[in-house]
Amino acid sequence: MSDQAQSGNPADAKPIPFGQGYKLIGRDYSTPDLPAKVTGRAKYAEDFRAEGMLFAKLVLSPMPHARLRGYDLSRALALPGVRAILTPADVPPAAGPHGERVLTAEPMFQGDPVMAVCAVDEATAAEAIEKIELDFEALPFVIDPLDSLRPNGPNPRAEGNVWFGRELKPLKWTEADFASYANGQLPMGHAPSAWSYGDLDAGFRNAALVLDRSFVTPDVSHQCLEPRSAMAYWQNGKLVIHTGTQSTYQTVPAIARWLGIPQDKIVLVSEYTGGGFGSKVTGTMIMLVPALLAKKVHAPVMMRISREEEQYLGRARPGFQGRMKIGFDRGGRITALDMFVICDSGAYGSQFDVIASGNIVSLLYQPPAMRWRGVSAMTNTPTRSAQSAPGGLQGIAIIEPILAEAARKLKVDQVALRMANSAEGPAEYGPVREGQRAHATSCFLKQALAHGAEQFQWSQRVAQRPRRSGTKIRGVGVSLSAFSGGTIGYDGLLVITPAGKVRFHSGIGNLGTESVIDVHRAAAEVLDVPWDACEVVWGDSSRLLPYTCASDGSQTTHAMTRAAHALGLECRRRLQEVAARTLGGAPEEYEVANLRVFHPGSGAGMSFAEAARHAIALGGIYDGHQPNPGVHPATQAAAAALAGQGLVACARDRFPHDGGTYSYVAAFAEVEVDVETGKYFITDFLAYGDVGTVLHPKSLGGQLLGRSTLGMGHALGQKWVYDPHYGAALARRFYQTKPPTILDVPVDMQWNALNIPDPQTPVGARGVGEPPVGGGCAAILNALSDALGDEIFRRAPVNADTILTSLEAGRPMQLPLATGI
Amino acid sequence: MPEPEAPPPGASAGPALSRRKFILGVIAGGAVVSAASYRLLAPRAASRPALLGGERLLTLRVNGRLRRAEVAQQETLAWTLRYKLGLTGTKLACDRAECGSCTVLLDDVPHYACSVLTHTVRNRAVTTVEGLAAPDGKLHPLQQAVIAEQGFQCAFCMSGFLMAAAGFLKTNPNPTRTEMAHGVSGNLCRCQDYSKILDTLMHGAELMRKGAQA
Repeated sequence: MSDQAQSGNPADAKPIPFGQGYKLIGRDYSTPDLPAKVTGRAKYAEDFRAEGMLFAKLVLSPMPHARLRGYDLSRALALPGVRAILTPADVPPAAGPHGERVLTAEPMFQGDPVMAVCAVDEATAAEAIEKIELDFEALPFVIDPLDSLRPNGPNPRAEGNVWFGRELKPLKWTEADFASYANGQLPMGHAPSAWSYGDLDAGFRNAALVLDRSFVTPDVSHQCLEPRSAMAYWQNGKLVIHTGTQSTYQTVPAIARWLGIPQDKIVLVSEYTGGGFGSKVTGTMIMLVPALLAKKVHAPVMMRISREEEQYLGRARPGFQGRMKIGFDRGGRITALDMFVICDSGAYGSQFDVIASGNIVSLLYQPPAMRWRGVSAMTNTPTRSAQSAPGGLQGIAIIEPILAEAARKLKVDQVALRMANSAEGPAEYGPVREGQRAHATSCFLKQALAHGAEQFQWSQRVAQRPRRSGTKIRGVGVSLSAFSGGTIGYDGLLVITPAGKVRFHSGIGNLGTESVIDVHRAAAEVLDVPWDACEVVWGDSSRLLPYTCASDGSQTTHAMTRAAHALGLECRRRLQEVAARTLGGAPEEYEVANLRVFHPGSGAGMSFAEAARHAIALGGIYDGHQPNPGVHPATQAAAAALAGQGLVACARDRFPHDGGTYSYVAAFAEVEVDVETGKYFITDFLAYGDVGTVLHPKSLGGQLLGRSTLGMGHALGQKWVYDPHYGAALARRFYQTKPPTILDVPVDMQWNALNIPDPQTPVGARGVGEPPVGGGCAAILNALSDALGDEIFRRAPVNADTILTSLEAGRPMQLPLATGI
Repeated sequence: MPEPEAPPPGASAGPALSRRKFILGVIAGGAVVSAASYRLLAPRAASRPALLGGERLLTLRVNGRLRRAEVAQQETLAWTLRYKLGLTGTKLACDRAECGSCTVLLDDVPHYACSVLTHTVRNRAVTTVEGLAAPDGKLHPLQQAVIAEQGFQCAFCMSGFLMAAAGFLKTNPNPTRTEMAHGVSGNLCRCQDYSKILDTLMHGAELMRKGAQA
């Protein structure tokens, strides 16, 4: 446990200056990947070239659901320069009965890949695609989950429309269930997943105010700036693949599983990844196309993915149709909460969002009684995946506008209402399992809320009423936010070289969060070495990587600082032993600092360079020949392959931990709405984090504000739009569903963090990528309703036309409940 | 494969200039040069089909050097830079003028290279991110600022932002934060790291002003 760990009582907790008590942790520095990035030398997947390289292009389904009855490839194959065409018969089977395949003969959405053409260049491949004749049988399709739930509604595939665990089955509600649809309230028929705790009825009975609201959240594509291009070739029986991924370590087993080849036959190169946000957790399956084609044509194959193809292949957050009934007492404390959500999980696989939404709401707002019901529906729309705060954003976007409305109706300050409901300490969350509920490791969200309100000058802003000036109205909003922030049980690996350098092997993906480098400073801190004596190798699976988490669920900073801390302790012990065995005395008499291991009494000692040479001479457990048996077999293999290179140390995180690790953010926003045009601007924003110990302030600030802004996109205008008649995507490019630009956010956004260590992890640091996302969205929604009232919107995003027409009508003038509009 | 770079114009101005004039003359005459010394015109593999729109050998002035490339009529500058000249620091993220990742300078003015035909830039100075640093390798102040401020995240948008900012700062060397935001508003960052990007670019502008005074 950290010496800085404080008691679990939030009342005692105060913000701590960044870096206090540390030499490296909490201090800004410059990551070593920047020089290559600023000069343009950094090579992303599409920047690689190989001798004799060919090009691949995909044939995408024009229909939302169809069966490929037959095809004629002869004219395409006859075209000069065409080398091969990959068909569904050439690709590995799906993992389950309804799993995604690389190419499919039953496309499940418009844009689902059906074939791939390999040719000498892309123009030839494109010409060949025109000459392929495909015979499709059109099948029934579903775009809006509610359509499939209606009595006799269509199914997205023959077996059904709703996920019951891992099984797809039909679920149809009755006309009576749908009675509420006409007045804009979400029908709530049978839901396959449900849990509850506490006395819901009593909670509502005793409430001073009960609000029951339906709310729709948008589908939003990840839109990584780097499309999921990949280049692959086979050499001496090994597959070499260049692609973008969120994990260098975990992508190799994924490829091995998908292709059915051993892991040691795969070399993955991914030094730079142009964004992930959950869409490239272990790469994506489509990268197998160049790998399979390269095997077929015995030449390297590059497949560039266009922006429009990225819309189909690049994943998206599933939109929710939600309904929530909340009871409040006079002070604004929640007495009961009843939540119902339908998650559009897209064409393959059920999305985790549906489960996470209930857990996050119960954690953040601590209702004394709560019921959650969830439907995970299949539709003929592109494959979804986790996107920063999957389910967290949707849950927060559904509850927060209701809290804002309740505060106004009860005449309670918005911050005070959230303070009354916010989680604190080892807060419980989720359903009762085996007699108890899960609990968080720690939570200082109330402190973040209080300090954030002070920094944002919340009271002063609220007091400045009326805030109307001409046609402009200002509104302020606050939102709580949280998401998972860490896992446990991974390994660290380092070599102290005979040149006296400390070299960390990093299996973390380099997708821009900088955790690929940052976490190793926790080991350097233990060893008390200057950072300029450290180097990090990353981005190449042939460089011998330790067992490492994937960078999803914001787990890396927590998981891998634990592993790094364990590694630092292990390495220090080995250094002490090497010194004792070489110079005499007991290991614990030696100290390690400043690139030396030395006896503080006699002054006898040696440099790291000397220790490395002695470690090689000693062999065994000191130089990798006998790796630490307590680590994962993959780490042992990596350490053994490094044997003899110096002092080789590896260790596993076995630190105690009994809670669920979450990070928290209090988000504050002010908007200015022009009621004559409906246009609005965010004029101020603050994200105040409770993320445990701050590891690297500048990258933390980037995460807090960057991911807040990703969340804002859901409020400001991002969504999918579908043609319901043809099941065709209408929003396919940036200009049709544009992420926020630099002009959509305030020029001086603010962030801050408590820097209070998590009591259940030695460095105290937790992840931060996802926790701000819901707050970024909901703070904007709440600022809008503060400016305009509660009768403007019942869905996100909120566009200018909604504001104008709703203001004029005095009620929300949006089509309720429908998706894809 | 990229053609090896020609020496900088200062190093051997005479021959470089004459070669350029020679090639420009050839192109103006509508003929296609065929000479063993031009590697890009080496005979193609027999299976390679004729390319679309009549390729011609152009000489471009890229990052202060003369570079020759065989360019199709409909070819965009981003394509030529990335796939003919090996300058992959210029990124393609949308290829339709929506995101700015491919921004380069043409005679010091930022342009989306995905939406400029290479044929139209024959007489203009093209600057890419690879040409931002000084010939001796000293980083441009904007590049120094990225390193000092830990600017950007995944950095796929970075070269576009740096080129847009470099162009903008030539017209307004002392911008406010708001002016700088407008100056790079044609560029998207999906990591949405706008706050830190503005910190970085403002710091870079400051370094440029200090450098100009020194």
